[in-house]
Amino acid sequence: MLQEVGHARRVTSAIARGVAVQLKGVRRVFDSNHVVIDRMDLDVDAGEFLAVLGPSGCGKSTLLRMIARLSEPDSGQIRFEPNGARFETSFVFQDAHLLPWRNVLANAALPLELMGEAKSKRDEKARAVLEQVGLLEALDRYPAELSGGMRMRVSLARALVTEPRLLLLDEPFAALDEITRFHLDVQLRELWQRRGMTVIFVTHSVSEAAFLANRAVVLARSGGAIKLDRRLELPTVRNNELRADLRLGQEMRLLLGAIEK
Amino acid sequence: MKKTLLPPLIPFVLLTVIAEFLVRAGFVRAYLVPAPSAVFRAMIDSRVELLQALFATSAGSLVGFVMSALTGIAIAVLLSSSRGVQRAFYPYAIFFQTVPLIAVAPLLVIWFGFGIQTVIASAFVASVFPVIANTLSGILSTDPPLRDLFKLYGASPLVTLFKLRLPAALPQVFTGLRVSAGLAVIGAIVGEFIAGGGLGSVVETARTQQRIDKVFAAVLLASLLGLALFGFINLLSHLTLRRWHASEQAQ
Repeated sequence: MLQEVGHARRVTSAIARGVAVQLKGVRRVFDSNHVVIDRMDLDVDAGEFLAVLGPSGCGKSTLLRMIARLSEPDSGQIRFEPNGARFETSFVFQDAHLLPWRNVLANAALPLELMGEAKSKRDEKARAVLEQVGLLEALDRYPAELSGGMRMRVSLARALVTEPRLLLLDEPFAALDEITRFHLDVQLRELWQRRGMTVIFVTHSVSEAAFLANRAVVLARSGGAIKLDRRLELPTVRNNELRADLRLGQEMRLLLGAIEK
Repeated sequence: MKKTLLPPLIPFVLLTVIAEFLVRAGFVRAYLVPAPSAVFRAMIDSRVELLQALFATSAGSLVGFVMSALTGIAIAVLLSSSRGVQRAFYPYAIFFQTVPLIAVAPLLVIWFGFGIQTVIASAFVASVFPVIANTLSGILSTDPPLRDLFKLYGASPLVTLFKLRLPAALPQVFTGLRVSAGLAVIGAIVGEFIAGGGLGSVVETARTQQRIDKVFAAVLLASLLGLALFGFINLLSHLTLRRWHASEQAQ
Protein backbone atom coordinates (compact mmCIF):
# COMPACT_ATOMS: atom_id res chain seq x y z
CA MET A 1 0.00 0.00 0.00
CA LEU A 2 2.75 2.35 0.91
CA GLN A 3 4.86 1.81 -2.18
CA GLU A 4 3.86 5.00 -3.87
CA VAL A 5 6.56 6.56 -5.97
CA GLY A 6 7.33 9.50 -3.73
CA HIS A 7 7.77 7.37 -0.67
CA ALA A 8 10.15 4.77 -2.01
CA ARG A 9 13.16 6.18 -0.27
CA ARG A 10 11.51 6.44 3.09
CA VAL A 11 9.89 3.03 3.04
CA THR A 12 13.22 1.19 2.86
CA SER A 13 14.26 2.63 6.21
CA ALA A 14 10.76 2.25 7.58
CA ILE A 15 10.97 -1.50 7.28
CA ALA A 16 13.93 -1.43 9.59
CA ARG A 17 12.57 1.11 12.06
CA GLY A 18 8.79 1.15 12.15
CA VAL A 19 6.30 -1.05 13.93
CA ALA A 20 2.98 -2.15 12.47
CA VAL A 21 0.00 -1.93 14.81
CA GLN A 22 -3.13 -3.99 14.38
CA LEU A 23 -6.32 -3.44 16.36
CA LYS A 24 -9.01 -6.11 16.20
CA GLY A 25 -12.42 -5.63 17.75
CA VAL A 26 -11.05 -3.32 20.44
CA ARG A 27 -13.58 -2.18 22.97
CA ARG A 28 -13.10 0.14 25.92
CA VAL A 29 -15.78 0.95 28.46
CA PHE A 30 -15.59 3.53 31.23
CA ASP A 31 -17.69 3.47 34.40
CA SER A 32 -19.22 0.12 33.32
CA ASN A 33 -21.65 1.60 30.78
CA HIS A 34 -19.98 4.43 28.90
CA VAL A 35 -18.62 2.81 25.72
CA VAL A 36 -15.78 4.98 24.50
CA ILE A 37 -14.52 2.69 21.78
CA ASP A 38 -16.62 -0.12 20.39
CA ARG A 39 -15.22 -2.94 18.27
CA MET A 40 -12.64 -0.91 16.47
CA ASP A 41 -10.55 -2.44 13.69
CA LEU A 42 -7.54 -0.54 12.50
CA ASP A 43 -4.32 -1.52 10.74
CA VAL A 44 -1.41 0.83 10.90
CA ASP A 45 1.47 -0.06 8.59
CA ALA A 46 5.10 0.09 9.62
CA GLY A 47 6.54 3.53 9.00
CA GLU A 48 3.15 5.09 8.41
CA PHE A 49 2.31 8.60 9.61
CA LEU A 50 -1.30 8.27 10.68
CA ALA A 51 -3.35 11.26 11.74
CA VAL A 52 -6.39 10.54 13.91
CA LEU A 53 -9.04 13.21 13.65
CA GLY A 54 -12.39 13.53 15.35
CA PRO A 55 -14.54 15.66 17.63
CA SER A 56 -13.68 16.07 21.31
CA GLY A 57 -14.59 13.11 23.43
CA CYS A 58 -14.61 10.63 20.54
CA GLY A 59 -12.03 8.42 22.23
CA LYS A 60 -8.88 9.56 20.43
CA SER A 61 -6.83 9.80 23.61
CA THR A 62 -8.22 6.54 24.95
CA LEU A 63 -7.18 4.85 21.72
CA LEU A 64 -3.69 6.25 22.00
CA ARG A 65 -3.32 5.19 25.63
CA MET A 66 -4.33 1.64 24.73
CA ILE A 67 -1.83 1.50 21.89
CA ALA A 68 0.80 2.73 24.35
CA ARG A 69 -0.33 -0.08 26.66
CA LEU A 70 -1.04 2.42 29.41
CA SER A 71 -4.55 1.04 29.64
CA GLU A 72 -6.01 -2.30 28.63
CA PRO A 73 -8.88 -2.82 26.21
CA ASP A 74 -11.90 -4.48 27.81
CA SER A 75 -12.09 -6.82 24.87
CA GLY A 76 -10.38 -7.26 21.53
CA GLN A 77 -6.72 -7.36 20.66
CA ILE A 78 -3.91 -5.01 19.88
CA ARG A 79 -1.00 -6.64 18.09
CA PHE A 80 2.38 -5.31 17.14
CA GLU A 81 4.63 -6.40 14.31
CA PRO A 82 7.46 -7.19 14.85
CA ASN A 83 6.23 -8.71 18.04
CA GLY A 84 8.35 -10.36 20.68
CA ALA A 85 11.35 -8.20 19.94
CA ARG A 86 11.46 -5.38 22.42
CA PHE A 87 10.64 -2.13 20.72
CA GLU A 88 10.17 1.21 22.28
CA THR A 89 7.06 3.28 22.25
CA SER A 90 7.18 6.98 23.05
CA PHE A 91 4.36 9.31 23.92
CA VAL A 92 4.10 13.06 23.50
CA PHE A 93 1.37 14.77 25.50
CA GLN A 94 -0.64 17.86 24.76
CA ASP A 95 1.55 19.89 27.11
CA ALA A 96 5.25 19.39 27.57
CA HIS A 97 4.97 17.80 31.06
CA LEU A 98 8.66 18.13 31.90
CA LEU A 99 10.12 17.56 35.35
CA PRO A 100 10.59 21.12 36.62
CA TRP A 101 13.47 20.16 38.90
CA ARG A 102 15.58 18.83 36.04
CA ASN A 103 17.37 20.83 33.40
CA VAL A 104 16.83 20.32 29.69
CA LEU A 105 19.51 17.67 29.30
CA ALA A 106 18.33 15.61 32.29
CA ASN A 107 14.72 15.85 31.10
CA ALA A 108 15.61 14.60 27.64
CA ALA A 109 17.69 11.78 29.12
CA LEU A 110 14.94 10.65 31.54
CA PRO A 111 13.53 7.73 29.49
CA LEU A 112 17.00 6.23 29.09
CA GLU A 113 17.64 6.69 32.79
CA LEU A 114 14.43 4.83 33.61
CA MET A 115 15.42 2.08 31.19
CA GLY A 116 18.69 1.70 33.06
CA GLU A 117 21.16 3.18 30.60
CA ALA A 118 24.52 4.43 31.95
CA LYS A 119 24.80 8.16 32.57
CA SER A 120 27.53 8.99 30.07
CA LYS A 121 25.75 7.12 27.30
CA ARG A 122 22.32 8.57 27.96
CA ASP A 123 23.67 12.12 28.18
CA GLU A 124 25.41 11.64 24.87
CA LYS A 125 22.22 10.40 23.22
CA ALA A 126 20.13 13.16 24.82
CA ARG A 127 22.58 15.78 23.59
CA ALA A 128 22.39 14.39 20.06
CA VAL A 129 18.60 14.45 19.98
CA LEU A 130 18.47 17.92 21.54
CA GLU A 131 20.73 19.09 18.78
CA GLN A 132 18.24 17.74 16.25
CA VAL A 133 15.48 19.89 17.73
CA GLY A 134 17.77 22.91 18.00
CA LEU A 135 18.16 23.09 21.76
CA LEU A 136 21.88 22.55 22.11
CA GLU A 137 22.37 25.99 23.61
CA ALA A 138 19.75 25.40 26.33
CA LEU A 139 21.05 22.18 27.92
CA ASP A 140 21.52 23.66 31.40
CA ARG A 141 18.31 25.61 31.53
CA TYR A 142 15.27 24.64 33.57
CA PRO A 143 11.74 24.26 32.17
CA ALA A 144 10.54 27.38 34.02
CA GLU A 145 13.14 29.36 32.10
CA LEU A 146 11.98 28.20 28.65
CA SER A 147 9.27 29.39 26.27
CA GLY A 148 6.29 27.14 25.54
CA GLY A 149 7.71 26.16 22.18
CA MET A 150 11.09 25.28 23.64
CA ARG A 151 9.45 23.18 26.35
CA MET A 152 7.52 21.29 23.69
CA ARG A 153 10.74 20.66 21.78
CA VAL A 154 12.33 19.23 24.92
CA SER A 155 9.27 17.01 25.24
CA LEU A 156 9.73 15.87 21.64
CA ALA A 157 13.42 15.23 22.25
CA ARG A 158 12.54 13.18 25.33
CA ALA A 159 10.21 11.04 23.20
CA LEU A 160 12.82 10.57 20.46
CA VAL A 161 15.80 9.82 22.68
CA THR A 162 14.90 6.13 22.92
CA GLU A 163 14.80 5.92 19.10
CA PRO A 164 11.20 4.70 19.30
CA ARG A 165 9.76 2.54 16.58
CA LEU A 166 6.32 3.81 17.46
CA LEU A 167 5.73 7.46 18.28
CA LEU A 168 2.35 8.45 19.70
CA LEU A 169 1.38 12.10 19.88
CA ASP A 170 -1.76 13.35 21.61
CA GLU A 171 -2.53 16.81 20.18
CA PRO A 172 1.04 17.72 20.95
CA PHE A 173 1.27 21.29 19.69
CA ALA A 174 -2.30 22.39 20.34
CA ALA A 175 -1.38 24.76 23.14
CA LEU A 176 1.18 26.64 21.07
CA ASP A 177 0.83 29.67 18.87
CA GLU A 178 0.42 29.16 15.13
CA ILE A 179 3.99 30.00 14.14
CA THR A 180 5.68 27.83 16.76
CA ARG A 181 3.29 25.06 15.94
CA PHE A 182 4.10 25.13 12.25
CA HIS A 183 7.77 25.24 13.05
CA LEU A 184 7.45 22.09 15.15
CA ASP A 185 5.29 20.36 12.52
CA VAL A 186 8.07 20.87 9.98
CA GLN A 187 10.61 19.54 12.45
CA LEU A 188 8.48 16.50 13.27
CA ARG A 189 8.01 15.65 9.59
CA GLU A 190 11.72 15.85 8.96
CA LEU A 191 12.44 13.59 11.89
CA TRP A 192 9.91 11.09 10.63
CA GLN A 193 11.36 11.17 7.13
CA ARG A 194 14.82 10.64 8.50
CA ARG A 195 13.99 7.90 11.00
CA GLY A 196 11.03 6.11 9.46
CA MET A 197 9.29 5.22 12.71
CA THR A 198 5.55 4.66 12.81
CA VAL A 199 3.74 7.78 13.97
CA ILE A 200 0.19 8.03 15.26
CA PHE A 201 -0.79 11.63 15.64
CA VAL A 202 -4.02 12.72 17.29
CA THR A 203 -5.08 16.21 16.32
CA HIS A 204 -8.02 18.58 16.02
CA SER A 205 -6.51 20.36 13.09
CA VAL A 206 -7.32 19.14 9.59
CA SER A 207 -4.66 21.27 7.98
CA GLU A 208 -2.04 19.95 10.37
CA ALA A 209 -3.12 16.38 9.55
CA ALA A 210 -2.97 17.09 5.83
CA PHE A 211 0.41 18.69 6.14
CA LEU A 212 1.98 15.91 8.20
CA ALA A 213 0.36 12.59 7.60
CA ASN A 214 0.23 10.11 4.75
CA ARG A 215 -2.97 8.63 6.08
CA ALA A 216 -5.80 10.03 8.11
CA VAL A 217 -8.71 8.42 9.88
CA VAL A 218 -11.69 10.38 11.13
CA LEU A 219 -13.53 8.99 14.13
CA ALA A 220 -17.25 9.36 14.73
CA ARG A 221 -18.43 11.22 17.79
CA SER A 222 -19.27 8.11 19.77
CA GLY A 223 -17.98 4.56 19.88
CA GLY A 224 -14.83 5.40 17.97
CA ALA A 225 -16.30 4.19 14.67
CA ILE A 226 -14.07 5.06 11.74
CA LYS A 227 -16.05 7.40 9.51
CA LEU A 228 -13.33 8.00 7.00
CA ASP A 229 -10.03 6.30 6.29
CA ARG A 230 -8.01 7.99 3.64
CA ARG A 231 -4.51 7.84 2.26
CA LEU A 232 -3.36 11.35 1.85
CA GLU A 233 -1.56 12.58 -1.15
CA LEU A 234 1.09 14.62 0.52
CA PRO A 235 1.14 18.20 -0.72
CA THR A 236 2.13 18.26 -4.38
CA VAL A 237 5.71 19.41 -4.02
CA ARG A 238 6.18 16.67 -1.52
CA ASN A 239 4.76 14.01 -3.77
CA ASN A 240 6.81 14.89 -6.83
CA GLU A 241 10.05 15.94 -5.33
CA LEU A 242 10.99 15.06 -1.85
CA ARG A 243 14.05 17.26 -2.14
CA ALA A 244 12.02 20.28 -3.19
CA ASP A 245 9.79 19.61 -0.24
CA LEU A 246 12.69 19.46 2.16
CA ARG A 247 14.06 22.66 0.69
CA LEU A 248 10.66 24.23 1.13
CA GLY A 249 10.72 23.09 4.73
CA GLN A 250 14.11 24.66 5.18
CA GLU A 251 12.99 27.88 3.58
CA MET A 252 9.90 27.99 5.73
CA ARG A 253 12.07 27.44 8.73
CA LEU A 254 14.28 30.27 7.62
CA LEU A 255 11.27 32.55 7.25
CA LEU A 256 9.79 31.46 10.54
CA GLY A 257 13.13 31.86 12.24
CA ALA A 258 13.25 35.38 10.90
CA ILE A 259 9.76 36.13 12.19
CA GLU A 260 10.60 34.86 15.65
CA LYS A 261 13.57 37.17 15.85
CA MET B 1 17.02 42.75 52.32
CA LYS B 2 16.27 46.35 53.29
CA LYS B 3 12.96 46.20 51.51
CA THR B 4 11.77 43.08 53.33
CA LEU B 5 12.96 44.10 56.79
CA LEU B 6 11.95 47.73 56.93
CA PRO B 7 8.14 47.59 56.44
CA PRO B 8 7.44 45.14 59.30
CA LEU B 9 9.85 47.06 61.54
CA ILE B 10 7.78 50.24 61.35
CA PRO B 11 4.67 48.90 63.15
CA PHE B 12 6.93 47.18 65.69
CA VAL B 13 8.68 50.42 66.65
CA LEU B 14 5.40 52.31 66.61
CA LEU B 15 3.65 49.75 68.81
CA THR B 16 6.56 49.67 71.26
CA VAL B 17 6.55 53.43 71.62
CA ILE B 18 2.75 53.53 72.09
CA ALA B 19 2.85 50.72 74.69
CA GLU B 20 5.65 52.44 76.57
CA PHE B 21 3.67 55.66 76.62
CA LEU B 22 0.41 54.01 77.70
CA VAL B 23 2.06 52.21 80.62
CA ARG B 24 4.09 55.20 81.79
CA ALA B 25 1.11 57.53 81.59
CA GLY B 26 -0.88 55.07 83.70
CA PHE B 27 -3.52 54.14 81.10
CA VAL B 28 -2.50 50.50 81.39
CA ARG B 29 -1.57 48.93 84.72
CA ALA B 30 2.03 47.78 84.79
CA TYR B 31 1.14 44.53 86.57
CA LEU B 32 -1.10 43.55 83.62
CA VAL B 33 1.05 44.73 80.72
CA PRO B 34 4.67 45.67 81.42
CA ALA B 35 6.34 48.58 79.70
CA PRO B 36 8.53 47.45 76.79
CA SER B 37 11.49 48.94 78.61
CA ALA B 38 10.74 46.71 81.62
CA VAL B 39 10.61 43.64 79.39
CA PHE B 40 13.93 44.65 77.91
CA ARG B 41 15.38 45.13 81.40
CA ALA B 42 14.10 41.73 82.50
CA MET B 43 15.82 40.24 79.48
CA ILE B 44 19.13 41.81 80.43
CA ASP B 45 18.82 41.01 84.14
CA SER B 46 17.87 37.35 83.66
CA ARG B 47 19.88 36.82 80.51
CA VAL B 48 21.68 33.69 81.69
CA GLU B 49 18.50 32.00 82.85
CA LEU B 50 16.58 33.07 79.73
CA LEU B 51 19.33 32.02 77.34
CA GLN B 52 19.60 28.61 78.97
CA ALA B 53 15.83 28.25 78.79
CA LEU B 54 15.83 29.36 75.16
CA PHE B 55 18.52 26.82 74.40
CA ALA B 56 16.54 24.02 76.08
CA THR B 57 13.31 24.93 74.28
CA SER B 58 15.16 25.23 70.99
CA ALA B 59 16.64 21.78 71.43
CA GLY B 60 13.27 20.25 72.36
CA SER B 61 11.34 21.86 69.52
CA LEU B 62 14.07 21.26 66.97
CA VAL B 63 14.41 17.56 67.74
CA GLY B 64 10.61 17.19 67.83
CA PHE B 65 10.33 19.06 64.55
CA VAL B 66 12.96 16.97 62.77
CA MET B 67 11.26 13.82 64.02
CA SER B 68 7.94 15.16 62.70
CA ALA B 69 9.46 15.93 59.33
CA LEU B 70 11.01 12.49 58.92
CA THR B 71 8.13 10.47 60.36
CA GLY B 72 5.52 12.63 58.67
CA ILE B 73 7.04 12.14 55.23
CA ALA B 74 7.49 8.41 55.85
CA ILE B 75 3.88 8.02 56.99
CA ALA B 76 2.65 9.98 53.97
CA VAL B 77 4.65 7.71 51.65
CA LEU B 78 3.15 4.62 53.31
CA LEU B 79 -0.35 6.06 53.11
CA SER B 80 0.12 6.87 49.44
CA SER B 81 1.18 3.31 48.62
CA SER B 82 -2.35 2.06 48.15
CA ARG B 83 -5.84 3.40 48.30
CA GLY B 84 -6.82 0.67 50.75
CA VAL B 85 -4.06 1.61 53.21
CA GLN B 86 -5.06 5.23 52.87
CA ARG B 87 -8.74 4.55 53.51
CA ALA B 88 -7.89 2.42 56.55
CA PHE B 89 -5.39 4.70 58.26
CA TYR B 90 -5.86 8.29 57.14
CA PRO B 91 -8.97 8.83 59.32
CA TYR B 92 -6.80 8.00 62.34
CA ALA B 93 -4.23 10.57 61.30
CA ILE B 94 -7.01 13.15 61.24
CA PHE B 95 -8.37 11.92 64.55
CA PHE B 96 -4.88 12.10 66.02
CA GLN B 97 -4.73 15.75 65.06
CA THR B 98 -7.99 16.63 66.78
CA VAL B 99 -6.92 15.25 70.17
CA PRO B 100 -6.14 18.34 72.27
CA LEU B 101 -2.44 18.46 73.05
CA ILE B 102 -2.97 20.04 76.45
CA ALA B 103 -5.07 17.06 77.49
CA VAL B 104 -2.49 14.55 76.28
CA ALA B 105 0.53 16.29 77.81
CA PRO B 106 0.07 14.75 81.31
CA LEU B 107 -0.07 11.34 79.65
CA LEU B 108 3.22 12.09 77.93
CA VAL B 109 4.78 12.81 81.33
CA ILE B 110 3.60 9.43 82.57
CA TRP B 111 5.16 7.76 79.56
CA PHE B 112 8.35 9.75 79.18
CA GLY B 113 8.96 11.22 82.64
CA PHE B 114 9.96 14.75 83.64
CA GLY B 115 12.53 15.99 81.16
CA ILE B 116 13.37 16.72 77.60
CA GLN B 117 11.89 13.46 76.25
CA THR B 118 8.40 14.65 77.14
CA VAL B 119 9.10 18.06 75.60
CA ILE B 120 10.28 16.39 72.40
CA ALA B 121 7.29 14.07 72.34
CA SER B 122 4.94 16.99 72.85
CA ALA B 123 6.59 19.00 70.05
CA PHE B 124 6.36 15.96 67.82
CA VAL B 125 2.67 15.30 68.52
CA ALA B 126 1.86 18.94 67.90
CA SER B 127 3.69 19.22 64.60
CA VAL B 128 3.50 15.89 62.78
CA PHE B 129 0.09 16.16 61.17
CA PRO B 130 0.65 19.07 58.77
CA VAL B 131 3.66 17.22 57.34
CA ILE B 132 1.60 14.07 56.77
CA ALA B 133 -1.36 15.89 55.24
CA ASN B 134 0.63 18.13 52.91
CA THR B 135 3.10 15.49 51.80
CA LEU B 136 0.29 13.03 51.12
CA SER B 137 -1.67 15.51 49.05
CA GLY B 138 1.51 16.39 47.16
CA ILE B 139 2.31 12.77 46.38
CA LEU B 140 -1.26 12.00 45.33
CA SER B 141 -1.52 14.98 43.02
CA THR B 142 1.39 13.91 40.81
CA ASP B 143 0.69 14.88 37.23
CA PRO B 144 -1.05 11.82 35.61
CA PRO B 145 0.78 12.16 32.24
CA LEU B 146 4.09 12.03 34.10
CA ARG B 147 2.98 8.87 35.87
CA ASP B 148 2.12 7.45 32.44
CA LEU B 149 5.55 8.44 31.20
CA PHE B 150 7.29 6.58 34.01
CA LYS B 151 5.08 3.57 33.41
CA LEU B 152 5.82 3.63 29.69
CA TYR B 153 9.54 3.31 30.28
CA GLY B 154 9.13 0.57 32.85
CA ALA B 155 9.95 2.47 36.04
CA SER B 156 9.32 0.49 39.24
CA PRO B 157 7.07 1.96 41.97
CA LEU B 158 10.17 2.73 44.07
CA VAL B 159 11.91 4.56 41.23
CA THR B 160 8.69 6.44 40.51
CA LEU B 161 8.48 7.42 44.17
CA PHE B 162 12.00 8.82 44.39
CA LYS B 163 12.36 10.28 40.93
CA LEU B 164 8.86 11.60 40.43
CA ARG B 165 6.37 11.57 43.27
CA LEU B 166 8.51 12.85 46.14
CA PRO B 167 10.31 15.57 44.18
CA ALA B 168 6.97 16.65 42.68
CA ALA B 169 5.53 16.86 46.20
CA LEU B 170 8.38 19.04 47.51
CA PRO B 171 6.56 22.40 47.31
CA GLN B 172 3.73 20.94 49.37
CA VAL B 173 6.15 19.24 51.77
CA PHE B 174 7.64 22.66 52.47
CA THR B 175 4.19 24.13 53.04
CA GLY B 176 3.64 21.44 55.66
CA LEU B 177 7.03 22.05 57.25
CA ARG B 178 6.38 25.79 57.54
CA VAL B 179 3.15 25.18 59.45
CA SER B 180 4.70 22.46 61.54
CA ALA B 181 7.73 24.56 62.54
CA GLY B 182 5.53 26.99 64.47
CA LEU B 183 3.52 24.16 65.97
CA ALA B 184 6.66 22.38 67.18
CA VAL B 185 7.59 25.41 69.34
CA ILE B 186 4.05 25.56 70.74
CA GLY B 187 4.20 21.83 71.47
CA ALA B 188 7.56 22.18 73.22
CA ILE B 189 6.28 24.99 75.47
CA VAL B 190 3.19 22.97 76.36
CA GLY B 191 5.43 20.03 77.20
CA GLU B 192 7.59 22.26 79.39
CA PHE B 193 4.56 23.52 81.32
CA ILE B 194 3.95 19.99 82.47
CA ALA B 195 7.39 18.39 82.44
CA GLY B 196 9.48 21.39 83.37
CA GLY B 197 12.51 23.05 81.80
CA GLY B 198 12.96 25.68 79.12
CA LEU B 199 10.95 28.80 78.43
CA GLY B 200 7.74 27.04 79.48
CA SER B 201 9.11 26.71 83.02
CA VAL B 202 10.31 30.30 83.04
CA VAL B 203 6.80 31.47 82.14
CA GLU B 204 5.30 29.26 84.84
CA THR B 205 7.60 30.39 87.67
CA ALA B 206 7.58 34.04 86.62
CA ARG B 207 3.79 33.95 86.63
CA THR B 208 3.64 32.64 90.20
CA GLN B 209 6.15 35.34 91.20
CA GLN B 210 4.03 38.05 89.57
CA ARG B 211 7.01 38.84 87.32
CA ILE B 212 4.90 39.87 84.32
CA ASP B 213 7.93 41.48 82.65
CA LYS B 214 9.76 38.16 82.70
CA VAL B 215 6.72 36.31 81.36
CA PHE B 216 6.67 38.72 78.45
CA ALA B 217 10.41 38.33 77.90
CA ALA B 218 10.07 34.54 77.74
CA VAL B 219 7.05 34.72 75.43
CA LEU B 220 8.94 37.07 73.16
CA LEU B 221 11.88 34.68 72.98
CA ALA B 222 9.57 31.75 72.24
CA SER B 223 7.98 33.69 69.40
CA LEU B 224 11.38 34.62 68.03
CA LEU B 225 12.33 30.95 68.12
CA GLY B 226 9.25 30.03 66.09
CA LEU B 227 10.02 32.82 63.67
CA ALA B 228 13.62 31.70 63.27
CA LEU B 229 12.53 28.13 62.55
CA PHE B 230 10.00 29.39 60.03
CA GLY B 231 12.64 31.55 58.39
CA PHE B 232 15.02 28.62 58.19
CA ILE B 233 12.41 26.50 56.39
CA ASN B 234 11.70 29.38 54.03
CA LEU B 235 15.37 29.65 53.20
CA LEU B 236 15.63 25.91 52.64
CA SER B 237 12.55 25.97 50.43
CA HIS B 238 13.91 28.89 48.44
CA LEU B 239 17.28 27.22 47.90
CA THR B 240 15.64 23.98 46.80
CA LEU B 241 12.86 25.28 44.63
CA ARG B 242 14.12 28.54 43.22
CA ARG B 243 14.97 27.14 39.82
CA TRP B 244 11.79 25.30 39.17
CA HIS B 245 8.81 26.35 41.16
CA ALA B 246 6.71 29.27 40.05
CA SER B 247 5.76 30.39 43.57
CA GLU B 248 9.42 30.76 44.47
CA GLN B 249 10.27 32.56 41.28
CA ALA B 250 7.63 35.16 41.88
CA GLN B 251 9.14 36.11 45.21
